Amino acid sequence: MSTSKWDVTFLVYRKKGQGTPHYDEFTIKVNPDEYVLDAIERIWAYQDRSLVFAHACHHSTCGACGMRVNGVEKLTCITLIRDVTADGGKVKVDPLRNFPIISDLTVDMGVLYTRMDEVGHRPVLPLSEEPAEPGVKPVKIAAEGDIIRLADCIECGLCISACPIANTTSGYLGPAVLAGALQHGLDSDQHLFSLVEGENGVWRCHSAFECTEVCPSYVEPAGKIMELRKQVIWKRIFGIAK
Amino acid sequence: MSERENKPNTSNWFMWFDVRHRDIGDWAFVLHRLTALGLVLYLGMHLIVLGTLTLGPEAFNSFIELAHNPLFIFGELLVVAAALYHGLNGLRVGLTSFGVAIPYQKQLWYVVMAIAVIGSIIFAISMFTA
Ligand code: HEM
Ligand code: SF4
Ligand code: FES
Repeated sequence: MSTSKWDVTFLVYRKKGQGTPHYDEFTIKVNPDEYVLDAIERIWAYQDRSLVFAHACHHSTCGACGMRVNGVEKLTCITLIRDVTADGGKVKVDPLRNFPIISDLTVDMGVLYTRMDEVGHRPVLPLSEEPAEPGVKPVKIAAEGDIIRLADCIECGLCISACPIANTTSGYLGPAVLAGALQHGLDSDQHLFSLVEGENGVWRCHSAFECTEVCPSYVEPAGKIMELRKQVIWKRIFGIAK
Repeated sequence: MSERENKPNTSNWFMWFDVRHRDIGDWAFVLHRLTALGLVLYLGMHLIVLGTLTLGPEAFNSFIELAHNPLFIFGELLVVAAALYHGLNGLRVGLTSFGVAIPYQKQLWYVVMAIAVIGSIIFAISMFTA
């Protein structure tokens, strides 16, 4: 690990109110083993206090710091500068796509949170109830009723930003929400079933697999959408989801 | 959030085709859509040409004459390549949609591409040497 500093130019997306979007350039000295979020914070602290961005935990748990780094959706708090540029190089930072921009790098993800609620996604749930990764058996522990865990999905919105369908159909529930719907399975209630099989549900997906590509939390939303499709078909044919 | 921002934004459609920074699955999707559009266009032209049959043998034969033009043969090659890719990738999409081989969707795409490219080359050789 090198400790020598790099000169890196950050091209930062700016937009305030109805103003025209543009990029501002900030060249700063960074340690390549710092994260992109550290650099953005320093730009804010020392160069431009009007820069608006969001973060909280700094350790990939709160899901607030999602941005596009060189065009790809990342949690900036765990994206090493070393991995996205070189000494003397550039880093382009944009807000997430497919959400309304509030200011600069901050977007309004309200619609994601409301939809997560609508499908009954529980951010905290008994250990045995989070759908396991494909091919992995669900964990069974004797005292499972007492053991709770955080759901895999941290509601960061990276998958919604990466999805080409969400790009043109804002009504599409989107990867995180459909993956969230799988927590309960489709037998739990009729409303959930009609949401999932409805016009903005699983059949909107065109299998670009971009959600799984960018998800920082191993939710594998694309695989979950396919699992839901299976459940929808079973329910249609046999009356129960599995 | 304003009402306008919450409506489907079909004016973004061209961004479907922006594959910069995206991964294989997205390339597969974009190619599938482009080849689909190409095939629909071809089907339309094909039906129009078949329609000339109703105008008698002269009209149809003069079209067949035109079809021997190398540009035309190249066009047909594009149709074959597009159909090969679209059909094979359609199988890939169908399989993964039923939960089959999801973790291997990228590898499947390489197989699809390999067969489509080799198939198109074989077709090209047989066409231009015929
Ligand atoms: C072997 C034959 C074929 C197979 C297996 C096949 C399979 C598929 C599949 C699975 C999709 C959905 C892809 C997605 O979810 O994005 C699709 C879309 C489509 N196909 Fe085909 N297809 C075939 C032939 C054709 C032909 C001959 C045409 C045109 C004449 C055609 C036109 C289309 C169109 C317009 C779409 C919509 C594209 C989109 O939404 O991006 N297909 N096809
Ligand atoms: S599914 Fe993954 S990418 Fe999407 S919101 Fe949840 S954690 Fe983020
Ligand atoms: S700051 Fe919480 S996930 Fe990055």
